[in-house]
Amino acid sequence: MNCYKADLHIHTVLSPCGDLEMSPANIIAKSKEQGLQIIGITDHNSTLHCRLAKKLGAKEGIFVLCGAEVTSKEEAHCLCFFENDTELDLFQQWLDEKIAKIPLDEERFGYQLAVNEYEEIIYQPPYLLTSAIDADIDEIYAKVHSLNGLFIPAHVNRPANSLMSQLGFVPPDLKADGLEISKHITKENFLKKNAYLKRFAFIQSSDAHYIHLIGETFCMFYLNEPSFAEISMALANENGRHIKMTPD
Amino acid sequence: MNVNKLVESLNLKVISGEKGLENEICGGYVSDLLSDVMGNAEAGQAWITLQLHKNIMAIASLKELACIIVVKGLEPNSETIEQSNLEGIPILGTKSETFEIAGRLYELLQG
Repeated sequence: MNCYKADLHIHTVLSPCGDLEMSPANIIAKSKEQGLQIIGITDHNSTLHCRLAKKLGAKEGIFVLCGAEVTSKEEAHCLCFFENDTELDLFQQWLDEKIAKIPLDEERFGYQLAVNEYEEIIYQPPYLLTSAIDADIDEIYAKVHSLNGLFIPAHVNRPANSLMSQLGFVPPDLKADGLEISKHITKENFLKKNAYLKRFAFIQSSDAHYIHLIGETFCMFYLNEPSFAEISMALANENGRHIKMTPD
Repeated sequence: MNVNKLVESLNLKVISGEKGLENEICGGYVSDLLSDVMGNAEAGQAWITLQLHKNIMAIASLKELACIIVVKGLEPNSETIEQSNLEGIPILGTKSETFEIAGRLYELLQG
């Protein structure tokens, strides 16, 4: 079993709140510098930068989990990941259907830029990507699983845009492949207050919107190799694959 | 005032939780952040919201709220309805938006 340093929650310049330096190329370079071996590209309600990040990551030996940070109807943020381009595209189509179409006001919300590997702008989504989609957390879970994906509610303990802020507490019968906690709490302390959630796998990530924050928060995946299947196993704590918040 | 009277006065639709129609109402609370409701709502209040997840019932029960008013013609899902029936805390529906229904509830309770 090998140990891989992972930061599964990173925004690019496609997210309106993502800094202009957050191009896929810069993110991969910074991830390498930080010794990350697995990263997640999770823009708000968009997967458009995943493929480029995956391609650039592969050149540097960084495994890129492709997905998005989806805003549920309750306005709780959820990380969703997919193994293949086909499923990623089907999910993107679903997001496009479901998202509230609020025209982007760049002055207020920031730019939403999709770029190529030469950092040339190739597309600008016309509506605000952080808006809620017309699906609740259970419907998102069902959709993600119908596409063999992974569903991980983001920063569940954060005082805004989290399961706990929006729904008061994490539903005890929640269907999810893991929970992300913010960097402001340890897993141990979180479970002291929420012992009923100990059945879940936990991750911690940077939620980086600025380049210097990439890899500042991370967790360790114990896998045979970095792959979607192995990461899924670690979240399920199966076959010896597992996750730790700090290296051994 | 009890929930029955509220339903009548504001022309609300009883979606579920009929057992609780006699619950006494002593005030109102308006919020869509359930963490906020959990922290600040008080027993006996009618809670106006657009959230539909079944956690609204857990919080209504925890805070001993009189009823929940769901706005804009929204329909809670089956699990939420089931929980409302189980707890005997009514969910009431209105086509009005929060601003309007909250204003009418306030007026009614002052009167």
